[in-house]
Amino acid sequence: MKSYLLPQFLVDRDDYRCIRCEVCVRQCAFDVHWYDGEEDAVFADESKCVGCLRCVTLCPTNALVVRHNPTQHPPNANWTKEVLQNIYKQAETGGVLLTGMGCDKPYPIYWDRIVLDASQVTNPSIDPLREPMELRTYLGAKPDALKIGGKEGKLSLETRITPQLKLETPIMFSAISYGAISYNACESLARAAAEAGTYYNTGEGGLHRNLYKYGDHTICQVASGRFGVHADYLEVAAALEIKIGQGAKPGIGGHLPGEKVSAEISRTRMIPKGTDALSPAPHHDIYSIEDLAQLIYALKEATHWEKPVSVKIAAVHNSAAIASGMVRAGADIIALDGIRGGTGAAPTMIRDNVGIPIELALAAVDDRLRQEGIRNRASIVVAGGIRSSADVVKAIALGADAVYIGTAALVALGCHVCQKCYTGKCNWGIATQDPYLSKRLNPEVGARRLVNLLNAWSHEIMEMLGGMGINAIESLRGNRLRLRGVGLTQEELDILGIKHAGA
Amino acid sequence: MLREARFRDDKEFSGCSIFGMMNVRGERFNGEPVITAIANMKERSNGLGGGFAAYGIYPQYAELYCFHMMYDHQGAKEETEEFFRSRFEVEGAEVIPIRECEGVDDPPLLWRYFLRPRENLVCSEEDTDDFVVQAVMHVNVKIEGAFVFSSGKNMGVFKGVGFPEDIGRFFRLEEYEGYTWVAHGRFPTNTQGWWGGAHPFNILDWSVVHNGEISSYGINRRYLEMFGYICTLHTDTEVIAYGVDLLLRRHGLSIRDMARIFAAPLWTEIDRMPPREREVHTALRQTYGSLLLNGPFSVIISNRHQMIGLTDRIRLRPLVAGRNGDFMYISSEEAPIHLVDDTLRETWIPQGGEPIVAELRKAAEEPEEAGAQVITIPATDRA
Repeated sequence: MKSYLLPQFLVDRDDYRCIRCEVCVRQCAFDVHWYDGEEDAVFADESKCVGCLRCVTLCPTNALVVRHNPTQHPPNANWTKEVLQNIYKQAETGGVLLTGMGCDKPYPIYWDRIVLDASQVTNPSIDPLREPMELRTYLGAKPDALKIGGKEGKLSLETRITPQLKLETPIMFSAISYGAISYNACESLARAAAEAGTYYNTGEGGLHRNLYKYGDHTICQVASGRFGVHADYLEVAAALEIKIGQGAKPGIGGHLPGEKVSAEISRTRMIPKGTDALSPAPHHDIYSIEDLAQLIYALKEATHWEKPVSVKIAAVHNSAAIASGMVRAGADIIALDGIRGGTGAAPTMIRDNVGIPIELALAAVDDRLRQEGIRNRASIVVAGGIRSSADVVKAIALGADAVYIGTAALVALGCHVCQKCYTGKCNWGIATQDPYLSKRLNPEVGARRLVNLLNAWSHEIMEMLGGMGINAIESLRGNRLRLRGVGLTQEELDILGIKHAGA
Repeated sequence: MLREARFRDDKEFSGCSIFGMMNVRGERFNGEPVITAIANMKERSNGLGGGFAAYGIYPQYAELYCFHMMYDHQGAKEETEEFFRSRFEVEGAEVIPIRECEGVDDPPLLWRYFLRPRENLVCSEEDTDDFVVQAVMHVNVKIEGAFVFSSGKNMGVFKGVGFPEDIGRFFRLEEYEGYTWVAHGRFPTNTQGWWGGAHPFNILDWSVVHNGEISSYGINRRYLEMFGYICTLHTDTEVIAYGVDLLLRRHGLSIRDMARIFAAPLWTEIDRMPPREREVHTALRQTYGSLLLNGPFSVIISNRHQMIGLTDRIRLRPLVAGRNGDFMYISSEEAPIHLVDDTLRETWIPQGGEPIVAELRKAAEEPEEAGAQVITIPATDRA
């Protein structure tokens, strides 16, 4: 069948600059480039190009430009180029449209409609380069009140504090499974989390034995497929996370194709080599909130009540009520993943149409837990579209205790958000199990890039805090008075619990 | 003017003067020296608010809750009095005596009531305090034009719009005798003149005068709302008063612990502490982080037994303490202490986050308090 699809990208090669080194040929796992010895020229099959810019970045003479194909379809606001191409694709394959990363549709990004406050005159701003500025954050349930006994100088704590995660900066790495990303990417995340005093999350793919040494900085996920969940896995983690849902595909399970299930992945996930790893949409032992409570307590019991248990859900319409139930079911941490949250693979229609923006879900959940007087009983961690330190500051001021970053972390490792993770051909060595590709990502360099990112964001957070005259992150948490909306409707402002700028 | 219409901003911003004076033997003295002292810090206020809290002024009604009230109009008074009658035995109701005073204009109706909660409505003493707090919240939130200045026993708050020394004369404070006096002069930058907005703020026995701006106000308020405190005034001083009530009365923490919450030590300091102390401090910050008062402040928090001075953790606002025999002083500046007590030799400047606690050695009307120690913490003895 003749394909009616047009190339998404065009590859322009400056033949004068090209030295025929064939870096592009070797770097492209999608086989876009090839060298013709007879003509001594490099050619491109543009229909295969995904726009990951690996070749452009590595071309030693800057001979390459990859640009969006400017070809216009007949103008139509309804039947856009994207819509038509999707239909051609499905007419040719009969399949579900697949994609990777987070929703790329232009839903409002509320972070960009919120501005921050700063001190002027009545309250001195604080210079974080010269004065202490505290970002340390503890995640976990906090008691309603403390009882302290003993005398001054010999105080004793009579209230038992349940297990907490200690973060030196309120940023963690989101759940990304071994399988969705390469071993080297996992190791980069693990080493960076350990070095920066924060945590990364295994996702649902189990934990490779070599990474057990980073267990103190690892949140081990228990998802519907229960891949790689065994006693040692639970034991080695700093915290456990029950994954109910994911922002990129709320209500949908997962599918790691058998070709990605290598020997190592097979051992880590505890499934036969080469078999598809199917995560059911729901946990088949959780059909109600009391079932969730049972799993939470089973995990706590299995780990001697030494680890906080997080429950992760996709941000959906009634997240507030669900979150309230989760807290009452014993969750120590509520992880909320918004509609812009990433994935290794999801049906495009699900990714782009199901769920709600994280900003609104966060505001609603924080409000609800406060109205019910149980906000202290769980920490809130938000994920799904945190792109910068400013987003982190806004999330914390809206009510989050910390954030998860997934896409931003992968971008730090080289990801160019081409959204083709599901192909397993990631030229950046991240979302692939091909050893030829994954060795491109050196875990030592990867960890350095991630730590640099965390350090940079932390410095920026300190600057913003200092500007507000605040020297501890807990004084920003839920402090919505330091936020103002710009260009938002009254209803949006009400849900976010902030005033409009100027008011 | 509607209360809501007065406060369009998130909270008030103000610079201020604060002064507190206590006789730790509970011997009473009149308001004159406190007026003199606060007047000496005139340039710290701008005539938009001054006030006093005095403890021990109503010994004849020591067992009754004394409500100092302001009303914008007669209707508010009638509605409030009807509410009081439904909840309390009203043992006394009178106009607060005032005199005409230049610089104090348009006073609201100022009344005081001596109230006993109806016995069939409350069970225990703790209940009684909660009952009174709820009554205060009801009046402040539900009755338009009425506001409770103070609601403690054997104490009262006198405050209004004007320079503090003028407010003191207006309320004839030289005619009252108390053993603890706390005063405040305001320099608000955004509050239109409203008498209820002046300091001190009070709930039950607790009064707070405050110099500063709490940058963490937004979360402090939201945290207190979880415990049923409704911040009607949009002032950061109000959250301090409610925070004190929550921590000391409801959660039973000590004053030192309260200071560790309001002006928490830095994590780097906590990390260097011995294990048990570290555990306590860590738990306090974990649990009560939302009550950390961030930003510049110095406060004097007082009740019938104590007067507590505290500055923020990095000491962005001034506070001086002084002691001379039975008299303890806490002040924004040192000069006024010497002005009212020329034999005083001992003054010191506390570190940020270090509380100064003056405590009654023997309270005549509180026999169970006899033997309580004066606790003062010299600047060198820092936790």
